[in-house]
Amino acid sequence: MAEIKRGYVRPLDLKQGRVDLTHGSGGRSMVQLITELFAKHLGNVYLGQGNDGAVLPAPTLGGRAGRLVMSTDCHVVSPLFFPGGDIGCLSVHGTINDVAVMGATPLYLAAGFVLEEGFPLADLARIVESMAHAAREAGVPVVTGDTKVVERGKGDGVFITTTGVGILPDGLELGGARARPGDAVIISGSLGDHGVAIMSKRENLSFDAPIESDTAALHGLIATMLAAGADLRCLRDPTRGGLAATLNEIAGQSGVGVMLHEKAIPVKPVVSAACEFLGLDPLYVANEGKLIAICAPADADRLLAAMRAHPLGREASRIGEVVVDDHHFVQLTTAFGGKRIVDWLAGDQLPRIC
Amino acid sequence: MKYIDEFRDGELAKNLAASIRAEVEPGRSYSFMEFCGGHTHAISRYGLSDLLPPTVRMVHGPGCPVCVLPIGRVDMAIDLALNHGVILCTYGDTLRIPASGGLSLMKAKARGGDIRMVYSTIDALQIARDNPLREVVFFAIGFETTTPPTAVAIQQAEAEGLKNFSVICCHVLTPSAISNILESPEVRQWGTVPLDGFIGPAHVSTVIGSRPYEFFAEEYRKPVVIAGFEPLDVMQAILMLVRQVNEGRAEVENEFSRAVSRDGNLKAQDRVAEVFELRREFEWRGLSVVPYSALKIRRQYAAFDAERKFKLDYRSVPDNKACDCGAILRGVKKPQDCKLFGTVCTPENPIGSCMVSSEGACAAHYSYGRYKDMH
Repeated sequence: MAEIKRGYVRPLDLKQGRVDLTHGSGGRSMVQLITELFAKHLGNVYLGQGNDGAVLPAPTLGGRAGRLVMSTDCHVVSPLFFPGGDIGCLSVHGTINDVAVMGATPLYLAAGFVLEEGFPLADLARIVESMAHAAREAGVPVVTGDTKVVERGKGDGVFITTTGVGILPDGLELGGARARPGDAVIISGSLGDHGVAIMSKRENLSFDAPIESDTAALHGLIATMLAAGADLRCLRDPTRGGLAATLNEIAGQSGVGVMLHEKAIPVKPVVSAACEFLGLDPLYVANEGKLIAICAPADADRLLAAMRAHPLGREASRIGEVVVDDHHFVQLTTAFGGKRIVDWLAGDQLPRIC
Repeated sequence: MKYIDEFRDGELAKNLAASIRAEVEPGRSYSFMEFCGGHTHAISRYGLSDLLPPTVRMVHGPGCPVCVLPIGRVDMAIDLALNHGVILCTYGDTLRIPASGGLSLMKAKARGGDIRMVYSTIDALQIARDNPLREVVFFAIGFETTTPPTAVAIQQAEAEGLKNFSVICCHVLTPSAISNILESPEVRQWGTVPLDGFIGPAHVSTVIGSRPYEFFAEEYRKPVVIAGFEPLDVMQAILMLVRQVNEGRAEVENEFSRAVSRDGNLKAQDRVAEVFELRREFEWRGLSVVPYSALKIRRQYAAFDAERKFKLDYRSVPDNKACDCGAILRGVKKPQDCKLFGTVCTPENPIGSCMVSSEGACAAHYSYGRYKDMH
């Protein structure tokens, strides 16, 4: 990332300016965009090296080597700005969470931007600032990145891909294949906030719901949980497809079933009201700041207490248990007293007509 | 959530279930058809059948607008979107109905059709206002619940002089479908589908009222209880039906009196009558051609009738031979009786329309109840 000599350069017009194809063509405009926008906000010693890749010290954990965890996530959210966040902080939180639920301490992020020609630079600046703020708050710097510009109509404003690297201590094994019958299923808080916040701002569907996305980095909560010493089998963040998809994944990987109890599942009244009139089920709606923990039943209370002591786990609740089931069904005892499957989502959740 | 939780109370459900158990007569079995997909969905989603005694059987009816829409009608909409360059707007569930040539509106969208999901006719009108140089067609489906908004949209378009807005009208009528089932040989002659009564529609009845069902109660001696879509509504209605059967009554009773009156919504009925008239016949998926069972746009509003505007011809397309949707929609078969159920036909890849909407009998059973077939 070369610096351009100040003085003869007209600065980026961050008020009226828009992304154009030259911002991706490798010339002076591109360097200017990188310097005046990306490097300015996201800057740190590694990004500042200005090379094709960041040179990073080999991570250690208490002087020991540990193992690397790496994860990547593409973000294509619409609208780009929503109550409680935007694509910028979401792209930081999402990848940090994917690394952290493996039990790892997230260390570095890489970010790739696909920008659409015509996208307002002011909006881009807001997004990058929000990203920088989220990265600073989480203590996980963006150490390398890339920008491409596509022609108008070939993108949706901004797409961001982030890749995260973290370090995992030897001996800690978390994974979707480790759930055993009898294990407790715990959720860190209320379901569906992110999805409903997004939907409330979709252009053909704006409604006034006093609800904000739950987007948040969960590595702090996870560190607290690991410190509690509970026998954790698996952590996972129920993003797309919601709780239902995540538990179906785990049930399949572990070769078990899951029995949930509807009454114990926390859903905010405003979220359940919005789902009610849209004909959606909150169990399938996306979250960006929640995690599911599966742990040995004897440790469930201790783990819950530790989670509730953390600001992001205050509403943590034990919502069910892992059961023996050759068909790997996720089932639910309804608050009404009956039973049903909580199946994989078929396609998208589409509103019903009647 | 106020006005919702009261109708989903597990304790009350237990009490109602106990009353139903206490009141069913030993040695007698009860078969009730819930006409509406909304009820089918509630029964599956809340696990109501677990609360009923084994002698009470619920038969799923044809009241799911997506399920009864024949392939030929979806083909019409796809043709408009792909070959006439229109913006085609429709309600969410409609996008996934399987049509000819392996297409659906969703797949036609991926092939470049400008197909947009709307939540109401108001959105469709707005799209027409925003795109004055494009033709915007609303693919209108549904029973009497969704008909008044379509009527209002057409009148609104006329009042505004919106010349680029039109409607493919596929609105169908509940009473005709009920008659068709009651007249079917399975119910009338052979008795292979025992029907002791109906749970009458919730939302439809808010529009048409409870009066239209009086004919069925009298003529066919079948009790009808109109019920809301909440699970307690359904339980209460079942108890009321059990009592009518036990007492030898066949009346129209209204469990959903918080929203349904005997006459219904007269204003909405007027609007519908102004804009629409009866079609001589209409093909239903599962029930085949049913006379006077659907609506078309009156000549006076011909400018807003996409079928006239684009000279669309209806072509009937038979269902997949192995698909039992027809029998399932008439209550003759259960979803799990169909050879395709859960093997070839799944919610991801629906062959028949009952697998499309979560209100459809097959999708409801697949998504919420199939574990019962396996344990």
